[in-house]
Amino acid sequence: MKVVAAMSGGVDSAVAAARAVEAGHEVTGVHLALSRNPASYRSGARGCCTIEDSNDARRAADVIGIPFYVWDLSDRFHEDVVEDFMDEYAAGRTPNPCLRCNEKIKFAAVLDRALALGFDAVATGHYAQLRTGSDGLIEMHRATDHAKDQSYVLGVLDQDQLRHSLFPLGDTDKPAVRREAEARGLLVADKPDSHDICFVADGDNAGWLREKLGDRAPNHGGDIVDATTGETVGSHSGTYGFTIGQRRGLRLGVPAADGKPRFVLDIEPVSGTVTVGPRERLAVDHVAGVRPRWCGTVPARVEGTVQLRAHGAEHRAVVVVSGDRVEIDLLDPAEGIAPGQAAVIYDGTRVVGSATIESTRRVGSPA
Amino acid sequence: MTQPLVYLDHAATTPMLPAAVEAMTRQLTGVGNASSLHASGRGARRVVEESRETIAGVIGARPGDVVFTSGGTESDNLALKGIFWARRAEDPRRTRILSTAIEHHAVLDPLHWLAESDGAEVELLPVSTQGVLDVGSLRDAVSRDPGSVALISVMWANNEVGSLQPVDEVVAIAAEHGIPVHTDAVQALGQVPVDFAASGVDALTFTGHKVGGPYGVGALVVRRDLSVSALVHGGGQERDIRSGTLDVPAIASLAAAVEESVKHQHEHAARVAALRDDLVRRVIEVVPDAHLHGAPAGPQRLPGNAHLGFPGCEGDSLLMLLDARGIECSTGSACSAGVPQPSHVLLAMGCDADQARHSLRFSLGHTTTPADIDALVEAIGPVVERARAAKAR
Repeated sequence: MKVVAAMSGGVDSAVAAARAVEAGHEVTGVHLALSRNPASYRSGARGCCTIEDSNDARRAADVIGIPFYVWDLSDRFHEDVVEDFMDEYAAGRTPNPCLRCNEKIKFAAVLDRALALGFDAVATGHYAQLRTGSDGLIEMHRATDHAKDQSYVLGVLDQDQLRHSLFPLGDTDKPAVRREAEARGLLVADKPDSHDICFVADGDNAGWLREKLGDRAPNHGGDIVDATTGETVGSHSGTYGFTIGQRRGLRLGVPAADGKPRFVLDIEPVSGTVTVGPRERLAVDHVAGVRPRWCGTVPARVEGTVQLRAHGAEHRAVVVVSGDRVEIDLLDPAEGIAPGQAAVIYDGTRVVGSATIESTRRVGSPA
Repeated sequence: MTQPLVYLDHAATTPMLPAAVEAMTRQLTGVGNASSLHASGRGARRVVEESRETIAGVIGARPGDVVFTSGGTESDNLALKGIFWARRAEDPRRTRILSTAIEHHAVLDPLHWLAESDGAEVELLPVSTQGVLDVGSLRDAVSRDPGSVALISVMWANNEVGSLQPVDEVVAIAAEHGIPVHTDAVQALGQVPVDFAASGVDALTFTGHKVGGPYGVGALVVRRDLSVSALVHGGGQERDIRSGTLDVPAIASLAAAVEESVKHQHEHAARVAALRDDLVRRVIEVVPDAHLHGAPAGPQRLPGNAHLGFPGCEGDSLLMLLDARGIECSTGSACSAGVPQPSHVLLAMGCDADQARHSLRFSLGHTTTPADIDALVEAIGPVVERARAAKAR
């Protein structure tokens, strides 16, 4: 096949590109320029988006022996990912921009362009496995290295996208990928992993939002209210700094009546009210999802597991699908579940699909 | 790669001429610092001075006018900063620099730096839709306050769209007020007649690798009586305005390339222009809405330049698809961070960002053959079709 290898400049995508070559594909390396004003050098734990990263990707392509180009997707990325990220925070939700980028950029804008230019597939360094099922459909499974598994952020891909995707690292653990990079002479072998959101330069999410949101609603201050007493126990300068389940940095002025630590239970961006309460009130036993995306056939009901945030635990669940809505009953209650995050639905190791969490129901509240 | 390489990016860099390779290799095994006083040093110095005389002879300058540098960018920096500083030191009212909106970044970036860091008032004058300086706006800008103009810098020929600039008229306007003129002739030398003295400019930039010489060497030709402040201080090797041990093999090679390319300029231009005209005509036959940017083919355009717009395409896609077929060209746009920006030249010519992005520059040179044109004409149809499909997504 003719394959575009998306190369961020990191170790994973470099090894993935090398493996695609070894698998006999005709590979072209492409670095996606996502930032409108790329910084020259890396800072913090970001793994892409600087000129230095672009150069790292270019050098990896040289070593692998494949052509290399930079594709400018900065406008699309800004519209589809960055603005969505701000809108979601403005609405009091907690978005996952990596899923959004996979859905709208890497396996949409890039894949579309690649297909139109005569390529057959896009290869990335994501940790996930693709297999052909007995029904002939492509199935996506968790990576063998569960600690690095990235099937959660790929849960938005549909069958058509999966058919044109390659994830050459899904059967390998990260230390082995680093050793392989070194053996292949790739200079990025010991480059640190990226963790933060790529477009938030220094990893300071709250600071970034404070600057970008300007005078939009979540930037307004408000009260912090205790759910058990209804009392105002503190104040804050903007709801963007909070996420459901957060414990740190609440700076409550009034100690809790029951002496227990307080967690963020709810965020109301318009009034600016942040509700806090004891840990037991965080537990959720039902999640309603919207905007479902299915990897294969649309199911009516799934008895499997769901993952409710990146690197989060698996929860046993019964999922009922009706049209554009997904109702998820959690057999193991979950904590710290924020609207805006994705609920990714698994049948064993296989990804069935995903939905965006619209609302949650606390344990003990009426159905 | 099995197919022969079709290299149509000579304006980026052109293969070295055999005479230049021979001159360089002859010097590489020798020893001698041109500043040393012994026989080896004198031998090296002799090669440098003979090279200087050769170059001066073929470009209409005196040997003392030729200052060797590391290439076009250094020469432009030396001219702009060096002349600006010297002129302002003579008269602090001289704070303005007049130039054009279509200069190479080697001119624009030093000008921006001078404006931001050193109090220069830089005016980038507009160009026509064909990419030619609007002389009237230059005249107006000068006459507004001639005494405050430190320097005028106008390129001889544009590197992207190949339009020749009205250097004669610029010199005439400047001469009325005794304002020095610099020209970046990097793209012009060897392609069109360039005579330093006859042109009347005070300083002229050229570089080796665009005329069939080596990378990393060039010159600023600058009138001996014009004072220029130094940028690089050290041993003062070049007229005290440029320091650094002279690169004898590169200078010898540069002289050979300049001599050869200027000597054969006329027949080179005629041959390459015919190939270029053939390219433009046949590409437009295949892609009817493709169109030439810049001045029409003729005396006002570099002979080897074909800058074509392909509506509905991304230049990047076209470049990649042609590259995959062994055909090499340029989008002509500046590439900071590898993130392609729409060309400032096309924007200055009135193109919108979309038009600026759908363009390719093919530049022909001394190794270009009719077979190269045939290969491009054969490839361009399917490539444009595919790039259009990609853009439409």
